[in-house]
This record gives sequence, C-alpha cells and structure tokens, in this order.
Amino acid sequence: MATPSQAVSQTAVEVEHLDFLYGDFKALHDVNLHIPPHKVTAFIGPSGCGKSTLLRCFNRMNDLVPEARIGKGAIRIHGTDINGANVDPIELRKRVGMVFQKSNPFPKSIYENVIYGLRIQGRAKRAELDEVVERSLRQAALWDEVKDRLQESGLSLSGGQQQRLCIARAIAVEPEIILMDEPCSALDPIATSKVEELIFELKKHFTIVIVTHNMQQAGRCSDLTAFFYLGRLIEIDRTEKIFTNPSQKQTEDYITGRFG
Amino acid sequence: METGVCWAIRLGTYLVLLAAACIFLTIGIKGSQTVFTSKWPFVNTEFFTEKPSTLYVFEWKGQKLEMNDDRFRAFKAANKTEDIQAESYAHSAGGILPCIVGTVLLVAGSMSIALFLGVSSAIYLSEYSRPSVVLRLIRLAIMNLAGVPSIVFGLFGAALFVYYFKWNVSLLAGWFTLAFMVLPVVITSSEEALKSVPQGFREGALALGATKWQTIRTNVLPYAIPGILTSSILGIARVAGETAPILFTAAYVVRDNYPWEVSKWTDFFFQPVQALPYHIYVVSSKIPQNAYTERMQYGTAFVFLAIVLAISLGSVLLRLRLRSKLKW
Repeated sequence: MATPSQAVSQTAVEVEHLDFLYGDFKALHDVNLHIPPHKVTAFIGPSGCGKSTLLRCFNRMNDLVPEARIGKGAIRIHGTDINGANVDPIELRKRVGMVFQKSNPFPKSIYENVIYGLRIQGRAKRAELDEVVERSLRQAALWDEVKDRLQESGLSLSGGQQQRLCIARAIAVEPEIILMDEPCSALDPIATSKVEELIFELKKHFTIVIVTHNMQQAGRCSDLTAFFYLGRLIEIDRTEKIFTNPSQKQTEDYITGRFG
Repeated sequence: METGVCWAIRLGTYLVLLAAACIFLTIGIKGSQTVFTSKWPFVNTEFFTEKPSTLYVFEWKGQKLEMNDDRFRAFKAANKTEDIQAESYAHSAGGILPCIVGTVLLVAGSMSIALFLGVSSAIYLSEYSRPSVVLRLIRLAIMNLAGVPSIVFGLFGAALFVYYFKWNVSLLAGWFTLAFMVLPVVITSSEEALKSVPQGFREGALALGATKWQTIRTNVLPYAIPGILTSSILGIARVAGETAPILFTAAYVVRDNYPWEVSKWTDFFFQPVQALPYHIYVVSSKIPQNAYTERMQYGTAFVFLAIVLAISLGSVLLRLRLRSKLKW
C-alpha cells in the first residue's frame, strides 16, 4: 500500500503490521513503515489520524494510558521489539527522547532542568554535569541566551526559549532518537523558525521524528514525510516527492487543502 | 424587596460576627485577668510554669491570703501552726504547664502519624491506583470516616489501643486515635494538592527515563507540599482542640510527673498526659464551681486559643514562604 521510492539500507525504527487500540477503538490499522537514521521524518495528516498515537508508541508513553494496547504487529528499534518481555520501558525512554507540544519546563533552575535526566540516573559529578549543560544548551541554540543565568527558574524564559530548553533537556541524556510532537504549535513564527533551524542541525547527531499539523513546516524541515489518514498510513516518501507529485489521491487532496 | 433581602443577609453576617466577638472578647478579657499581671514581667509566670494544685484561702492577721498547696504547707511550717482554717478549692491554684506540654506532645505525635499515613494514601490514590470497584469503596470509606463523631473515635481508640493492644491510657494511644480522626482531612487535601501539579511534569520526567517513584519524589511531591501543609493547618487546630478522642485514651486529670520525668525512655510513649481541652473540662464540670475555678477556666481557654492561633499563623506563614519559592 505504501512504499518508499528508494530502499533504505539501515533502519532506526521499523513498524510492522501494527494495530493499536484504545479500549475498543482501533486507532492504527496495519501500519508498516521504516524510519531511517539521522534524517528527519515528518508525520502529517488531519486531526485524529493516529500520528501522535504512533509517535507515543515509539517510547512507550502510551503505557501510561490504561486502555491502550497493541492489537497486533510489532515496533522494532535497531532490530529489537520494544514491547518484548525483556525490554525495560525506562531504559527505552533514555534512548528515545520526547519533546512535547506544550513545553513543560520544570519549576527548577535552567541548570537543574537540563540535567534532570542525568540526576535520576545517579550521575552527580559537578564537572561532568557542567559540561553536559553547556553542550546541550549549545546544541539547542540556547547557550548564549542563558549562560549567565543558569540558576534562574526555567519558567522565566519566553515560550520559544522554554521549548528549546525542553529540547536541551531531551538531548542531555544523549538519546538515539528524538520524538517531537508538534513542537512549534504553541510558538510564534520567529521562535518556530529558530526551532526548525535547530532540527536541521540536530539530525547530524540524532534521528528525528516530528509530528506536525503545519505542512509548510514538514516541507521545510523533513527528509521523509508520512501521510496518515484515519489510522492508516496512506503514503510515505521523500518530502519533495510527497509535496510535488504524490502517488495517492488522498495525499494530494490533503496537501492541496481539500480537507483536513 | 432587594434592599430587604440585602439587609437580612447583612443581619445574618453581623450576628455571626457578634457571636464570634462575644466568644473571643469574653475569653480575652476574663482570661487575660489570669494570664497577665500589672507588674513585671506582666505575665503570670506561676500560671505557665507550675502544675495545677489546690488553692487555700484563709485569713491571717486580718489579711485574706490565697496560696497553693506547697506554699501553704511551707507557710504553716514557717509560722509553726498546723491549725489554720482555710477553704480549699481544687485545681484553682498553680498553673497549666503540664497541660500545655501534653497538648503540644499530642499534636506533634498525631500530626506526624497523620501526615505520614495520609500523604502515603494520597499518593497511592492519586498516582498509582486504577479506577475499580475497590477504589470506589476505599474513597467511600474515607469520606465516611470524616463524618464519624469524635467520641466514637475515642471509644474506638480505647477499645483497640488501650485495651486490645494493652497500651493503656497513654500518649501512643492518644496519638493514633487523634491521627485516625484527622486522617480524612489530610488525605483529601493532599490528593487535591497532588492533582493540582500539572500532568506535564510527570510526562516530562517519565519521557526522560525516570521511574514512577522517581517522578513522584523529585517532580510531583515537592510541588504539592504547600497544599499538603495547608491541610495540616486545619488538622492541627482540630487535634489540639478535641477532647472526646483523648478522654479515654490519653488524658489524666492530674499527674505528678512531667512527661520527660520517666525512668526508661520507652516509658515516655506509654504514659498518659494532661491536655488543655481536657483541663478546661475538668475545671468546668468535674469540680464545684466558684469564682476561683472560673479564673482557671478562662485563663486556660485564653492560653489554648492563643496556642492554636499561633500554630495556625505559623503554618500559614510557612505555606506562603514555600509557595513563593515553588511557583509555576
């Protein structure tokens, strides 16, 4: 039903015949896709099409929802089935980080926000933590703006800065994959463009999967785009091809704004 | 019509204020006559530093003298007479230090137990439990516990802690009885406090690889503490003031030793104590009433109100300070 026009030699995340249910409601039907490493993959589609659900499956955040379960199929990250019996979701989440739609900096200092992930692992050496803070904030393009006020509360930053702080917090634990669930939907255009530049830099070090409502954003940022509709993956392909010459009519209708 | 209703409502409020004013002013004026003196140090130190004792009133060389038990004996010895006609009034001399100490100990112990059990329950109910029939029964039980009369708690405490566990009338029995009485209030307001912490904090911490308990301990509980302390304000006032629960479980009319005068440290927990509300009850109803007992009643009530107000004020200030540090 959906095939990439060029084969990928390496796969970061592989989804195979996935059905996902909330109670009796089937949110995802038979989804198959491969997400390549060190590239940005965008999930687009109208509201309720299952793209956020699929994203949250990758770091097992759906485990927190009592009625959510996998009906059939598997999700493999670097070959390992992440819902297997001997996979610890805590360890998984250290390798697969997430940035949320509404930025959620903790009411701690900027410094403590960034190293939160390290503190809970028990790493407490001051020199190591200082180094991680600087590296993460530089990678998140926030260092110059906050380097003199690391002890101030994370909540004292502007909206765009808060989101970049959350990104810095996610990359401080050095995950392999970063999941972003509509990271710019609450930001103004200037903050949005800063985050998009950031995503472009980050893909050198991480695999990024981004869910977005903003098609222009998907067009700007991503290498691969996957279009979802009503819980099914309609098409996944290189971004240029999806936006100029999609194979499926539904994709074309969505891109041109006939629905959604 | 409008103005009529408005005036009726106003009248109701003024009545409430009037009642409150009467209570506070009566206790304030009459109590301060016992508590404060006109000479340095302006406070009746005997009242605050001694045990209750019997008052002796007698005539000596044309003067009317009042003395408590110890001084009366010393006086008789000093004047080498055994035979002085004196009227004695029980509990009308001396002070209420043991009562103050007893109440403070009861409050400290029971609030510690109530906070520990209550916050643990609140964390379980709001963070770990899943909706089910059992959970609804638990919540129903907690709600009903809030409506149980305090005398029933006293009987429960007596039956379980005093007789069945054989702790006898003791601090320990009083602590647990009072703790269970105030537990529903602590649980419900702690749950409210935990629920008011935004879900984003939990999700953010979990997404970074924190376990559930790490998330609660480092990213939820610290921000719920101001709300939890608020509930303890209400709890402290209730615990300090209730007489019925300690009637059979912790309170004695009078004791010879202070709570710290025990031979073994384990005895500390198994001794009964005097308490302020119980003392008011004793001085007001268990002994004949007269002008002298009235002094003690109002003095004790005054001190009692002052202590509860001071604790409440302290908790409110603490909560304000914490709130300003932990805003989001």
